[in-house]
Amino acid sequence: MPSEKSVLVPGVAPAVSPEVPRMTPGPAAVQTDNPYVPWPARILEIVSHTAREHTFRLEFAGDVRPGQFFEVSIPKYGEAPISVSGIEPGRSVDLTIRNVGRVTGELFEGYGVGDQVLLRGPYGNGFDTSMFMDGEVVVMAGGTGVSPVRGVIDAISHSADAKDKHVIVGFRSPADMLFRDDLARWADALDLILTVDGAPEGYEGNVGLVTKFIPDLPLRDPATAKAVVVGPPPMMRFSIMGLLKLGLAEENIWLSQERKMCCGMGKCGHCRIGQHYVCLDGPVFNYVESKDMLD
Amino acid sequence: MGYALGMDGFREVVGALAGQYRLWAPVLKVGEGRFTDTDVVRYDFVTSADEIEWHTRSDYAFKEILTPLSQTLFYFTDGQTTVPPADTRDVLVFLRACDLCALRRLDQVYQQSGPRSDWFYDRIRDHVRFALIGCPESQEDCFCVSMGSNVAPAGSYDLSVDFVAGTDGEPQVLMDVPAADLAALVAPRATAERDVEPAHVTENETKVTVPAEVPNSIYKSDIWAEYNARCIECGRCNFVCPTCTCYTMQDVFYTDNGKVGERRRVAASCMVDGYTNVAGGGQYRRTAGDRMRFKVLHKVYDFRRRFGYDMCVGCGRCTTVCPEYINFAAAVNKLADACAAEAAAATATKEGAGANA
Repeated sequence: MPSEKSVLVPGVAPAVSPEVPRMTPGPAAVQTDNPYVPWPARILEIVSHTAREHTFRLEFAGDVRPGQFFEVSIPKYGEAPISVSGIEPGRSVDLTIRNVGRVTGELFEGYGVGDQVLLRGPYGNGFDTSMFMDGEVVVMAGGTGVSPVRGVIDAISHSADAKDKHVIVGFRSPADMLFRDDLARWADALDLILTVDGAPEGYEGNVGLVTKFIPDLPLRDPATAKAVVVGPPPMMRFSIMGLLKLGLAEENIWLSQERKMCCGMGKCGHCRIGQHYVCLDGPVFNYVESKDMLD
Repeated sequence: MGYALGMDGFREVVGALAGQYRLWAPVLKVGEGRFTDTDVVRYDFVTSADEIEWHTRSDYAFKEILTPLSQTLFYFTDGQTTVPPADTRDVLVFLRACDLCALRRLDQVYQQSGPRSDWFYDRIRDHVRFALIGCPESQEDCFCVSMGSNVAPAGSYDLSVDFVAGTDGEPQVLMDVPAADLAALVAPRATAERDVEPAHVTENETKVTVPAEVPNSIYKSDIWAEYNARCIECGRCNFVCPTCTCYTMQDVFYTDNGKVGERRRVAASCMVDGYTNVAGGGQYRRTAGDRMRFKVLHKVYDFRRRFGYDMCVGCGRCTTVCPEYINFAAAVNKLADACAAEAAAATATKEGAGANA
């Protein structure tokens, strides 16, 4: 007889301990017969932020929320996960893309308004913006990390108590700034701190890393304030350290992870950290969970 | 129902099976090993019993029938995408108990992880049946008993094959055939009906202990450092593993004008450079030691944390294939020892703190 040990219990994911806060699931991917086959999506508009960073507005009528991502393909060059930086419900999604790879290189060189790229998604949980509408909120974003939180910042800029919403956005230099029009709007609507890591002489804005501005955040009750942190890994690590030092609670800090993702559906394995698939359980994680996720 | 057959009868059975199924089985490839004058056992399609290597564990896993090393997902021709048809003729795979346990892990990832079952996996999987090769004794580097994968899971196979000496001294084949349609094919060629329990390994020379809990401090443990010097990050361990499922998307085009091409998925290895690369140069786990740690923890801890049981089935193929003689079982045991030491140190610290209080 088979030994008892050999009888495998059908795999059920162990329940996530209830004390770990999780973002609610985002809208499911568009259902197609074969989820690997992308559909063509027309480029409606291209906004140039810098020479190597453009926002591509693509036709998309389905449900999606900020911080989710699409697999974008340029046929014959490849596929890349790109997070959603803007949503016009029922009409389009914005994908802000830096020209750094094979796929993005071909997109920048060979594609213009009216051309079609291939899409599948959206994947991942993304941000539930309703969580950040009330009370004190700090959003910290660095570089292209602004893309996934742009929708969050837009939402809270329209909240009733927008003066309690603090946004620290950092770029490498004044020339690297993205979303200039949005930055101007946000500066009027909420407490925006815009900074650059370094600037040529004569630059009049803030110069310094985003972390420099954390201690001076005018929070009335840091223990209940919520925070969203997205950017390069060192920026996120030091920003979270600063926020904790200021008195924010771990369970009130949310961040978004970037990983290589070939499928977006929990199969290809590239995005795994410990027991987590970033594409399924994230990319937005609570700090209580993510602090134990070691690469 | 179980049967005893003479060798001729058994050959007839396999021949009859070959008439209905493509038979995917381990085959001894003489002289095709990695070094001069060495052999290798790889899976291939066969049509007769004599082509099959019944006694030695294959060096490479059966999984390539379900998850090909390179699989075309679709073709691009101008604006169109076309999914190629699959070969959907039925397949019968000959494999061992550890492999059937591995099959469960493949199904877990491809069918049960994420919101949907995998389209390309399913369309092959639905046409594959399984025949168990009994395993009377442990093979090189195996530790299946430690992993609880020495016995085929209940209901996992449609027929089994064991070679024994008959009472008359002639070789005899015993078959357990739970599938009624296959029993109808075996019964007329059998010499006797009898209960058959496929042979399984009850003890391996190699034994492992998997850690119940792994503290985060293990990530910084010095047990991983030796692999920086030893591992050459070739990924063979992943490619021979019956439970490794990772793949990478790959686009190619093959005409000068770039109008025709295809998207493939190809087997990926978490040990090989590039596995975690993101656009713009970001990379996680740069060293061989970090990658070894990621792989070992996934096989004997992280997979369990998500799905409830360990991924590794203890087949030992990764150890056998490693060109640097890295022993996976030894790595797991070092991990378990380090975890036990950490736990003991933590308890001692706690007691010390208690005494001071």
